[in-house]
Amino acid sequence: MFTRGFFDFPDLGWRSPFEEMDRMRRYIDQLMGQAESGYALPRAGVFPLINLTESKEAYILRAELPGVKAGDLDIQATGRNITISGERKIETDQNATYHRRERSAGSFSRALTLPGEIDRDKIEASLKDGVLTVSVPKSEKAKAKQIEIKS
Amino acid sequence: MANETQSRDMQVRGKQDVSGAAEQTRPGPVFTPPVDICEDENGIKLMADMPGVKPDDVNIDVRENTLTLAGKVKPFEGAEETDLMIEYDIGLYYRQFTLPELVDQEKIDAQLKDGVLTLVLPKAEAAKPKKIEIKSG
Repeated sequence: MFTRGFFDFPDLGWRSPFEEMDRMRRYIDQLMGQAESGYALPRAGVFPLINLTESKEAYILRAELPGVKAGDLDIQATGRNITISGERKIETDQNATYHRRERSAGSFSRALTLPGEIDRDKIEASLKDGVLTVSVPKSEKAKAKQIEIKS
Repeated sequence: MANETQSRDMQVRGKQDVSGAAEQTRPGPVFTPPVDICEDENGIKLMADMPGVKPDDVNIDVRENTLTLAGKVKPFEGAEETDLMIEYDIGLYYRQFTLPELVDQEKIDAQLKDGVLTLVLPKAEAAKPKKIEIKSG
């Protein structure tokens, strides 16, 4: 399991060699159980990479899925977990000669635990320009409440 | 061939950063979109993954046998959102190809659908095989 996670580690960019060293250090820290909070490590077999943001009302989850049709995606919510699974199909032209094949196809699945309580009945998902956006409203309990000060 | 590509699990693959010849004038990350290129007798087809690019923001340029693909991605999040977990960056997609002589550069056709750019580069008439008839008599 260690080797698998290690070698399938995605390339998050090589902007500077020191950044790479930083990432290595974070990874080792995580293995030692001293991970910095707020840093999540992408692991093998968990495509796609996800960006998670938060507004006052909802958690918003975005994933890049170019060429994936809405019908090939399956989004499930259980408790505080969201699971996105699906398959990316690329048609092969049998009569043509391929010079380059860099786009990958296949099935994927990814589960994510959200940091707070959610309202499962009002989850909305949209797929536009190859980007999946899932909007998960927070439950009434989890929303921040403004407290008025009486004078 | 089709089964081969569909049966296996998809692997995590981060975006590829460009360390290009020309630097960008604007700061921000630049990525190389992954492409498939295939050729048949009528022409060359190029497919590039550019998730998040709107049709208006893609720029295809042919100049002196060089095909340049560029696509801009606008920031996805609203101003009121705070980041919880960021695994991928967004920025500019940029890639250049040298076109072979046989492509008819006037008739290049482009389509962007679901974040996949498809370019059809037809071969010039001169490059297509021609049958020569022998006249009798």
